This record gives sequence, structure tokens and C-alpha cells, in this order.
Amino acid sequence: MRQWLRDVWEGLFTVLVGMRITWRHLFTSSVTLQYPEVKWQLPPRSRMRLFMKYEDCIGCGQCVRACPVQCIYLKTEKRPATEPAIWATTGQPIKLDVTLFDIDMSLCCYCNLCAYPCPTECLYMTTEYEFATTDLGEHLYHFAKKDARFLTEDPKKKAEPPAPDDGGRAPSTPPASPAGASG
Amino acid sequence: MDLALRLLLELAPALGRAPAWVQAALAAFVPALVCFTFVALGPIVYVYAERKIAGFMQDRLGPMRVGPYGLLQTIADSVKLLFKEAIFPRGVDRRLFLLAPLVVNVGAFLPFVVVPWGGRLQPVDLNVGVFYVIAVSSLATVGLIMAGWASNNKYSLFGAMRSAAQIVSYEIPAVMILLVPVMIVGSLSLQDIVSAQAGGLPNWFLFRFFPLMPVAFVVFFTAGLAECNRTPFDIPEAESELVAGFHTEYSGFFFAMFFMAEYTEMFVISAVTSVLFLGGYFAPLPELQTLGPVPLGWLWLLAKAWLLVFVMMWLRWTLPRLRVDQLMHVAWKVLLPVALALVVVLGGLILWPATAWGFPWDRFVGWPITLVLVFFLLKVMVRALRWSRRRAHELATIGLER
Repeated sequence: MRQWLRDVWEGLFTVLVGMRITWRHLFTSSVTLQYPEVKWQLPPRSRMRLFMKYEDCIGCGQCVRACPVQCIYLKTEKRPATEPAIWATTGQPIKLDVTLFDIDMSLCCYCNLCAYPCPTECLYMTTEYEFATTDLGEHLYHFAKKDARFLTEDPKKKAEPPAPDDGGRAPSTPPASPAGASG
Repeated sequence: MDLALRLLLELAPALGRAPAWVQAALAAFVPALVCFTFVALGPIVYVYAERKIAGFMQDRLGPMRVGPYGLLQTIADSVKLLFKEAIFPRGVDRRLFLLAPLVVNVGAFLPFVVVPWGGRLQPVDLNVGVFYVIAVSSLATVGLIMAGWASNNKYSLFGAMRSAAQIVSYEIPAVMILLVPVMIVGSLSLQDIVSAQAGGLPNWFLFRFFPLMPVAFVVFFTAGLAECNRTPFDIPEAESELVAGFHTEYSGFFFAMFFMAEYTEMFVISAVTSVLFLGGYFAPLPELQTLGPVPLGWLWLLAKAWLLVFVMMWLRWTLPRLRVDQLMHVAWKVLLPVALALVVVLGGLILWPATAWGFPWDRFVGWPITLVLVFFLLKVMVRALRWSRRRAHELATIGLER
């Protein structure tokens, strides 16, 4: 009889404890984010879509070798001596013309291994993550562009006089949609 | 009934020249229609409330997309169910299969005939009201078994058998407890039972015979919960064991009808519990019974019934499902002995003239208990709100502002 009473009391009491907990949670603010209207602000080092600043690429191909899933396609040609010399913004001379630099984001595993070896830091991951498409082919991003405007002077040399013709520098911030997104 | 007739005659005086049977038929039909509409539209509100409450209790938002704050979600869902094909699997007993949701609904709707919404605002004042409620609400079980049997599916039949076992078991303590107000009042009419609780909160049956009637209330409410197959007792439709129990094979609007029946039954049980224990249409303070010339009785009954519906939802999102043996244990080894003891003890007390209507200290018990309960809930609520604000502030300081 005593055991029975204890069991009944315990049953009732634990129900009340549970009800207290749910009552408390009824009034705590919800953790839901109403996604398209409210977005979680990503930390700056988030590894989302890759971006490549074409004007800085020296065509060394280290990213291609680093990629574990082979999603970076690179083609280079030796820059003819008749063409004017160009430099990356970090100061390395660009000796190779990058004729093709494609990244297939549908293959990318977001490991960021390609960004580490890049000597000019022109390949990096952005916080942009809303790039779903209805066609998988649209995930193949073309970064090589015909009308790129390279630095024609060594940025290390002309440290003291401010270059008057520095307007040729490409915008250094990634545009909202990268160079060949429509390809 | 005469109230409805009087209202009708005021609205359409020409009706006075109509034959008596037309008047009688209209006086019966119009309240029934009003009640039915009210009850049938109720599930739209309850489903929305259930989903919202579930969301909030799990720190979610619940439906938010369809309409402002997701208000139109249930309507969208019911329209979707209406347009869906009603599938009849091969091998079902078509006639029974079609009839079952109707029977379940009839069982859920019929108790409304005797629920008193006010002194005269009652479709029919049956002199065997309590008896009628028990008899009619058992009809739902028949419907469930029909559904399970007609589905020709072992899980459906399992669910139906479980629900039959459960409802039959839990009806016994419920009926035992139903006897207590009946013994106090000496009448089976729900109207008389409510009238005996006039005069504010301390007069409600919940606070009579102080430690005894609250126990009776808990027993009755638990049994009622089991009778409408709500979550701690929802083994007939246990989705993790039986697919969906008796409504596995149902689709489209027939499926929706089972849900309508379930929510209606919830409201019925809550309304009957309020009538028996919480003073029916009487306000906790007699001064609040009317607002000027407007009688508020129906609103009070609605508020009490909705409060109990909320408690049912609250329990649903608090407790896990019972096992079958635990279920039977609760019914036969806990609720039934308690109910029997209560009936015997209270019966004896009622026979004794000094305590025919309650203990002498009952007057001083009702308000303190209510206030302590409300205070406790408010305290937890305020603490939760304060904690939320602090957490929002902390999130903002680390840059995760929303």
C-alpha cells in the first residue's frame, strides 16, 4: 500500500515537473530564424562559394594540385614576350596567360585546401552561400575573362611615387555575382 | 429551447402564425445548427492552437507562412484534404469504411445537445443529461472499431482493439467520478448540476470537500483524456508502433473527419468537465456574470473549456506515450480504486447532514489555491521571459543578433 501511494505520488509529481518545464518553454523566445527574411550573419571565415580574383592569378596551378576532388580546371599559355609585362597586386610577375580558370562548385567539397597554397591569395572562399540553381551546369563558374586589366607596373617598385595610371586595377572586392556566372 | 423560439419570433414575427410543429422544428433545428457550426469550425482553431503551442513549447515558432502568423494554415490544410482523393484500398469493407468516420463524428458531436451554455441557453435540458453524455460519447468507440475492422489492415485493427480496451477501461473510473456531482446534487440534469455551483469560485465542485474533490477532478480529467485518445494515452494511433492506428488507410476528407472528431471530443470532454467541476457557465466572481445587460455565461463556459483544452495540449507536449500495460495499470490499479474510494467516502459524507454540501472549510480554500497556482505559473513565466531577454542580449553582444 505504501509503495502504491509512493508510486502514485511520484507519477503525479513528475507530471507536474514536466508541465512546469513545458510551461517555462512556452514563454522562452524561439530559436527559429525565418530564413529568407532573417539571415544568420555568417562569421567572416565561413567556407562558402569560392571566388577567384583573375587579375592576381599567376597560373601556378597549385590550387589544382591541392584540390582533392579535382574541381578546378586551369589552362595556361606562356605569355608572349611581345606583350607588356604584368604583375599581380602582391608583386609577383605574371608570366603565364590564364586562358581558362573554371571551378565546378557542384563538385567542390568546401575544404579550403586550394586557398592555402595560393601564392597571391587570389583564390579564397566567400560567405556567399545562396547560389542554388535549377541547372547543375550553372555551378561551373568561369573566372577567366578577356577584358581583365592587369597591373602593368611592378607594385613593389613604385612604392614612393603614387602611380597616376593605377586606374587599371580591377575592383578588389568580389562582385555580387562572379565573373562568369552566366556561363 | 423556448429561448431559441422566442429569439426566432422576435426576428421573424410572421413565424407566430406558422403551425406549432413548424415552430417546434425550427426551435430545435436552429440551436442545433448554431451548435454544430460552432463545434465543426472549432477544430480549425484547435489545430492551429495545438501547432502553435507545440511550436512554442519546443522553442519553435509553429506555422508562420500561410497568412499572418500562419493563421490560415489550418484552412489551407483542410482545403488540401478536401481536394485530395479518398483512396479505398482493395479489400476494405466499403460500407463500414465509409460509415466509420461518420459514426465517430456523431459520437463526438452528440454530447453537445445537453451542454448548458447559460440558464436557458441549452439545446435540450435532458433530465438524464449525465447518463446521456456517457452513453453517446461511447459511440465513438464503435466508430473506431468499425474503422479498424473495415480497413482490413492488421495495424488498423490493432489500433481499434487498443482504443476499445482503453476507452472501456477508462470509462469506468470516469463514470464513477461522474456519480459524485450527481450524488451531491441529486439530479442527472446538467442544468441542475451547474445551478448547484452558483455563487463564485469557492462554490464550484472542484473546491467542495476540499482534499477529495480535487482528486476526483484529476481522476475524471485523466480518464477523459484517455477517452479522447490524446497523447499520454494515444496508443490507438501510436505512430511509432502502429503506423497511424485505426486511420492508417484513410485519406483525404475522411482522414480529416477523424481529426475533427478527436478535437471535438476534446472540447466536449473539457466542456463536460467544466460543467461538472468548474461551475459551468458561472463566473468565478458573481459580479462578472453579466456585462451590463449582456449575459456572459456562455463566454465563461467557453473560457473554462478552452482552458482545459489548453491543459490537454500542454500535457500532450509534456508527456511521452504510455505503454499498453502501463495504460491498463493506471486505469485498473490507480484510477479505479481511487474513484471507488471517493464514491464510497463522499457518498457517506453526503448522507451525513452536516457535510451534505461540503466541509466547513471549503469557503476558504478555493481562492487561495487558485491564486497560489496562478502566482506560481506567473512566476515561472516571468522567469522564462527574463531569461529570454538576457539570452537575446547575450546573442547580440557576440554579434548573432536576430
